[in-house]
Amino acid sequence: MSAPVVQIANLSRVFDVSKPWLERVIAREGRLKLNAVDGVSFEIRKGETFALVGESGSGKSTVAKMVVGLLGPSGGHVQFNGLQPGEKPRPGAIQMIFQDPYASLNPRWRVRDIIAEPMEAIGLRRDAALRAKRVDELLTLVGLSPRDGDKYPHQFSGGQRQRIAIARALSSEPSFIVCDEPTSALDVSVQAQILNLMRELQERLGLTYLFISHNLAVVRHMAHRIGVMYLGRLVEIQDSDALFDNPQHPYTRLLIDAVPNLSEIGRDRVPVQGEVPSPINPPSGCTFHPRCPLVMDICKRERPAFIDGVACHALSRKG
Amino acid sequence: MAEPAVLEVKGLTLEFATRHGTLRALDDISFSIRRGEVLGVVGESGAGKSLTGSAIIGLVERPGRITGGEIRLKGERIDNLPPDRMRAIRGRRIGMIFQDPLTSLNPVFRIGDQLIETIQTHTGMGQAEARQRAIALLTEVGIPAPENRIDAYPHEFSGGMRQRVVIALALSVEPDLVIADEPTTALDVSVQAQIITLLKRLCRTRGTSVMLITHDMGVIAETADRVAVMYAGRIVEIGPVKDVIKHPQHPYASGLMGAIPALDTRLNRLTQISGSMPRLDAIPAGCAFAPRCTKAIDRCRSERPDLMPAGASEAACWLVGKVSAEASA
Repeated sequence: MSAPVVQIANLSRVFDVSKPWLERVIAREGRLKLNAVDGVSFEIRKGETFALVGESGSGKSTVAKMVVGLLGPSGGHVQFNGLQPGEKPRPGAIQMIFQDPYASLNPRWRVRDIIAEPMEAIGLRRDAALRAKRVDELLTLVGLSPRDGDKYPHQFSGGQRQRIAIARALSSEPSFIVCDEPTSALDVSVQAQILNLMRELQERLGLTYLFISHNLAVVRHMAHRIGVMYLGRLVEIQDSDALFDNPQHPYTRLLIDAVPNLSEIGRDRVPVQGEVPSPINPPSGCTFHPRCPLVMDICKRERPAFIDGVACHALSRKG
Repeated sequence: MAEPAVLEVKGLTLEFATRHGTLRALDDISFSIRRGEVLGVVGESGAGKSLTGSAIIGLVERPGRITGGEIRLKGERIDNLPPDRMRAIRGRRIGMIFQDPLTSLNPVFRIGDQLIETIQTHTGMGQAEARQRAIALLTEVGIPAPENRIDAYPHEFSGGMRQRVVIALALSVEPDLVIADEPTTALDVSVQAQIITLLKRLCRTRGTSVMLITHDMGVIAETADRVAVMYAGRIVEIGPVKDVIKHPQHPYASGLMGAIPALDTRLNRLTQISGSMPRLDAIPAGCAFAPRCTKAIDRCRSERPDLMPAGASEAACWLVGKVSAEASA
C-alpha cells in the first residue's frame, strides 16, 4: 500500500454566524456557532482519487478549503507527507480546480498569462521563453491548441475554460490537486470530456486527487475511495466498489438509493422522508437519527464512534 | 384513439430578431402529449427545452416571436390567442413548476394567500371554501401541519417544502397540463427523490399530463413515459423512454447516454462527444450535429434530416436506416 500524501486528523471548523454585536445585545441573544466540519479524519494515498460526497451543507467544500490552506482549522490538523502537522508544503505543490470556470479565470488576462502565473509566482522557469514553451505543452496536454494561448477566456466554452483551469493547476507541477465540483457547471457531454481528461492526466502524471462532488455517479466514475459526509461529519469511508455494492451506513444507502438511475426505468420508490437539518442546531447524538430507519435510543444520546469505516450505533451493535 | 391529444405542437418555429440577423432558436418542433402522459424533454443548456415550455404558455419575451407552426390544447389553438384569453388558460388549464421555488413564490405574501388567490381567480370559490381547498392541497403534497403552515411565508420553508407548495399551486385548479421546468435541479438528491415521487403520484391519480423539462436523464428515466431529445433548437429523437435510453437511434442521443456515468458499473472511459453545441448564430447547414458526429456522411452536411421512424422511436438522422441495419446484423 502506498504512503499517504495527506493525513487529516480530527479536523473541525466552526463558523461564527452571530448577528452584529448591537443587535445581539438588544435582542439579548448569545453568539451562534455553526459546526461546518466536526471531527473529520481520513488519509489520501499517493496516486489515488479520494472523493468526498454529501448533500449541500455537509461541509465537503469546507474540508477542501482547509486541506489547501485557504481556511484555517478550528481544531485538528492537516499533515502532508514528510512534514510536521500543520506545516505547509512547498508553494505550488497543491493546486485547486474550482466549480465555475466562468468565475475562476481572470477575464482581462490572456490564457497564456493565466497559465503562466503560477510558475511566475513560485519562481519556476524564470526564463520567459522556457515558460512560454511550457504553456504550449500544457495547452496541448489538456487538449487545446498552443494558438489558444493568445485568446481571452470569454472566447472559450465552459468545457474549454475548465481545460484552461486544469492547465493552470498543472503549471506549478503539483502532485496533489483538490477538485471542488469540477464538472457540476458543465453539460453531460462536456462533463464526460473533462472527467476522461482528469483520469488520463492522473495516469500519465501520477497525480493524487481530492475530489469533491454531490453527484454520486460522477464520484463512482472517478474515485478509488469515498468518504460520505452528513452535517459536517464523516459517516462512512469505503473503497469505491465496496461502497456502491454494499453500502453500510443508513445515510449512504439512502443517498445511493435516491439517485435516479438510467437502468431503472419507471421505478416507483418509497423515498426517505425529511430533509437535512440546520447545522446551526444539529440533532443530538448521531445527527442522522431523525431520518434513520434503524434508529435506537442510544443514537439520540451518543455520537457513534468511527469503527471499520462506519459511524453507526446500529451497525456496531450487530457486529 | 378518438380523444384528441392534450397538447399538440406542430412545426413550432421561434425566432429572435437581433441586430446581427434573425436567430432561429426553435426549428420545426412537433410533438404531442396524451392525457395522463409524462413527456420528458432533455437536452444540454441552450438546446431550446425551456423555450419550448415558454412558447406553449405564451410567455416568450420580445424580441422572441413564434414565426411558424401551431400549438393546440385539447384541439383548441392557443398560440395566437390575445393576451387576456391566454392569461385565463395559464394557471387554469396549464400549470407551471419552475426550477427555483423561491422565485416562483411571492416572498411578501403568506403561502396560503397565494394559494387562495389562485383558486379564487380561476374557480370563483368563496374565501372560506378556497382556504379549505388550500389546506387539503397542502396535505396532499405532504406539508406537515398544514392548518398552521398555511399562514407562513415562503422564507419559513426549506427548499423541498417550497417546491411542494409550488406543486400545490400548479395543481390547485386541476389543470390539463403541467409544465415542469427543471423542478428538482435546485434540490439535494434525497429531496429530489421525494419531489419526483410526489409529482408522479399526483399526476397519475388526477390524469394530469406533464411536460418534464430537465437536463438529468436519470430523472427522465424514472418519471417519463416518452422522451424528446433536443439539440440546437430541434428534436433529434423522440420515443418511449425505454427505447430511447436502451437503444438510442440518433448518434447524439447515443453519445449522450454513453456520456452519463452510471451508478452500477465503473467504466474506464465515458463516451465522449467532442466539441460543444453550436451557438445559435453559427448553426451549420444540414444536420446541426454533423460537425461533432463521428458517422457523418456528405448528405448530413448539406441536407437537414427530419424526424423519421426508427425502431420504436423517431429520429432525425440520415443514418437511421443504416444504424438499425448494423445493429441487427
